[in-house]
Order: sequence, then structure tokens, then C-alpha cells
Amino acid sequence: MKTKVFSLFIICITFQSLMFGQAKDMVLIEGNRYIPLYGRDSTVVEVKDFRMDVYPVSVEDYTKFLKENPKWRKSKVKGLFADKSYLSNWDSDLKMNDSVNSNSPITNVSWFAAKAYCECQDKRLPTIDEWEYAAMADETTKDARVKPEYNSRILAWYEAPKKQPVIGESPKNIWGVYDLHGLVWEWTLDFNSVLITGESRKDTDKDSNLFCGSASINATDLMNYAAFMRYAIRGSLQAKNSMKNLGFRCVQDIKQNM
Amino acid sequence: MKNLKAIISMLMLLTVITSCNSDKSKASHEQLVVYQCPMKCEGGKTYDENVNCPICKMDLQVVEGEVSKKETTNEISDESIFNLTSKWHTEEDEEIQLKDLKGKNLVMVMIYTSCKAACPRLVADMRNIEAQIPKENLGDLQFVLVSIDPTVDTPKRLKDFAKENAMNDEHWTFLQGTESGVREFANVLSVKYKEISPIDFSHSNIISVFNKEGELIHQQEGLGVDNKETVESILQLTQ
Repeated sequence: MKTKVFSLFIICITFQSLMFGQAKDMVLIEGNRYIPLYGRDSTVVEVKDFRMDVYPVSVEDYTKFLKENPKWRKSKVKGLFADKSYLSNWDSDLKMNDSVNSNSPITNVSWFAAKAYCECQDKRLPTIDEWEYAAMADETTKDARVKPEYNSRILAWYEAPKKQPVIGESPKNIWGVYDLHGLVWEWTLDFNSVLITGESRKDTDKDSNLFCGSASINATDLMNYAAFMRYAIRGSLQAKNSMKNLGFRCVQDIKQNM
Repeated sequence: MKNLKAIISMLMLLTVITSCNSDKSKASHEQLVVYQCPMKCEGGKTYDENVNCPICKMDLQVVEGEVSKKETTNEISDESIFNLTSKWHTEEDEEIQLKDLKGKNLVMVMIYTSCKAACPRLVADMRNIEAQIPKENLGDLQFVLVSIDPTVDTPKRLKDFAKENAMNDEHWTFLQGTESGVREFANVLSVKYKEISPIDFSHSNIISVFNKEGELIHQQEGLGVDNKETVESILQLTQ
């Protein structure tokens, strides 16, 4: 009997340390209430405490995932889960071209693939509200959106000529998270909750025939152009699409007993 | 002894943890290969696993060109929604996967029962489509209403909704999923939705038609639009 108890104890310890091991490159983001660009009816949303990957998922990380999960390789992936652009810049199933730094963020992945990657590590994709919450911080404040230089820095990235992105080269924000801005856009779990219809050139108004209840979705801060771009991108995406400048990172709920 | 036990259980645990992909989905049956002893000690006997031959103890070899029979009967095409492995509850509280609907053409829409604005019209559109299909074609057809509000729309509530709206026949199915299953399914249909308050959602109004293999054939977007094309696509499938 004692042996059993003992081995059970050992198992628990190992399990615990394993869980922590997986989460070592994550940091705690303390939840709060805030007003995102697009909120719900009351405009204020509440974000609970969660843990976030410090870095976006790299080419190297993703290659490892592909080795273990053949069904997500370029040649095996189902058409339902990824369109032709999936890993289109890869030379073969397990190899990107040599010129790419393996510490670049992985891009050209579909939402389904990103979701599967995170679930495989007992994590998940962040919700839009969580992502935007973590991303409104700069090096010194949790909500830097009022600072003019916060916005202008992000916009400067949109304007800058493309060079090869490498993870972790810009300073981390106050939570300890790197590269939310300036590297690539990132998938979110509920990206399909952005109900801006197709083309902004075409839409004079929200199409009330296409979306039930669309009158309630209004931007709160039209000055926040960078955030508006992100929402617009999300609104235009389908889950099986992938893009050259769209990657992802994972988050994890805080478990009560940890 | 203690250590041995602990080590064994740890190893087992590790396998459990690392095998997260070890198939929630049945997708990997593509890789089901058959093994056989190279000396054919037991005649043509084959194994699903690469164990040693019980007679000569040699390593088994993969039999070329012979893939397990399961694949041919159960094949699901790349574009099929039956690739989704999420679990659902019907209004009769049966647990199913989407592939259990295989064999019928599907007309699917996403709604929630407490919706006051668009959903009644979407439901009306569905009934309108159904009314235009000849009775003899209905046997080949399943109308599926998927709830985007799995916390409120329990099987019981869906059943009540079905009765209230006279959609209680065999060819109507209502599905309650999990939050992530619903999100994934919506993404397959390119349906967008957002919870705007605890009882209200914004959502795209899309009716989708699938063939018996679960491949998307037609989508109709908008409310009260002319459903002629949708009906035509269904008629073509059920001929």
C-alpha cells in the first residue's frame, strides 16, 4: 500500500514539473477590465488572469510540431483545414528554405493549424480581447494606448520595408512579452467574431442583412488606427487562409489548483 | 521495487502526455499499414503492429500495397466536414460526431434559440427551402440547425424549439456542441459570430448545403434572399 502511495506521489510531482516545464516560456498576464476598440454592448470587457507565450511560435518550434504530427505537414494537410497557401514558402514537408532564420516567427499557417499546435501543448490561442489587452502595454505601462509614441511606433512598422523578422530583437513589454507588435500579425481564437463585412471600399454601412445585431458593433476609438487594421485583417480572414505576415502564439488558462 | 514502479508509471504518463496527437481524429487511418513475417512462417497472416514473428522471432516487414480495409469503406475526402471530430448532442440528447450524419445531403444553418432578430427569419428560410423539396426527396436530406450558444441551448431546449416551430420530423436535427467545437464549425462554414451580451449574439446569416460526403456544394448568404439557387442545388443532389 505504501509503495502505491509513494509512486502516486512521484507521478504527481513529475506531472506538475512537466506542466511547469511546458509553461516556462510563458508569463502571467494579470486580468482586468478595459475598453477594446471593438467591445460588446457595454464596451468594457473583462479579461481574466492568463499566461501568455513570451515569444511567437518560431519556425523551429513548428518544424518540431510537424515532425510529431504528420497530418499537419504541407503534403498531408486536409483541404478543409488549410488552403493552398499553407506553408507555401516551405521547400518540403519538414524544411523551409535555407535562407530563413529558424528563429523567425512561423507564418503561412491556417487557424486550424495554429489551434492544433496550441492544443497539442495543452494551451490554446488567445481570444481577441486577451491579445489586445496584452498588446496595449509598452515597456513601462499596461495601457499605453494614450501615448502618441505607442501608436506611431506600431504604424512605423506598418510602413517600414520588409526585412526578415527575427524573434526577440525588440524590447519586451511590461508583462515580459516580446513581439506583439513589429514582427507579424497573430491569429486569435475568436478572430471570426469581427463582424466588419468584406471590403471597406464597398461598405457604406454595416450590412444589417448579413449580420444579425450588427448595429451594436461600433468602434470606440477611431484614432487607434493600428488596432483598426488588426480588426480589419481579422474580419477579412477565413480559418483555412494563411498569410506571409500572420503567425501566432499560445496562451494558457490559470488552473485553480496550481 | 518502489523505483521500478515509479519509473514504469512515469513512462506510461509520459506516453500519455506526448501522444496528444494520438488521434482524437481518425485521420491517421491513412497510415494504417499491415505487417507480415518475411519468412511467412504463418502463411499469409498479417499484423497491424510491428511485433516480432511469434515463430521465427524475426522483425516483421511492411506489406506493400496492402492497406487495412477500413480505409476504403470509411474514406473521408479532404474537403469534407466529416473531418471534424468534435462531439455534439442532438435534440434527442444523443451524442454524435458530424460523420454520423454521413450518407445524407445536409442543409445547415447556425442559430440560437433565444434570438429575436434574424434567427426566426433564418429558420423561416430553412422551412421555406424544405417546403420546396418534393416529399420523396426528403429521405435523402437532413436539415441541421447548429446552436451558436451551447450554454443556453441544451438538448431539451432545442427539442422544445423544434416542437414550437413544427420542425420535429425525422429530417430535422438540432445540435448542441462545445464552445470550441462550435467555433471550429463556424469557421468551416465561414460563419462569423460574436457574443454581444449574455443572451445575444451577432452572427452571419448563412445557409450551407453539403453533399453526402460532407463537401460544401452551395452557400446562401443573407436574410430572406431568393433561395432558388439553394433549392436547385439540393434538388440536384437528391435526384
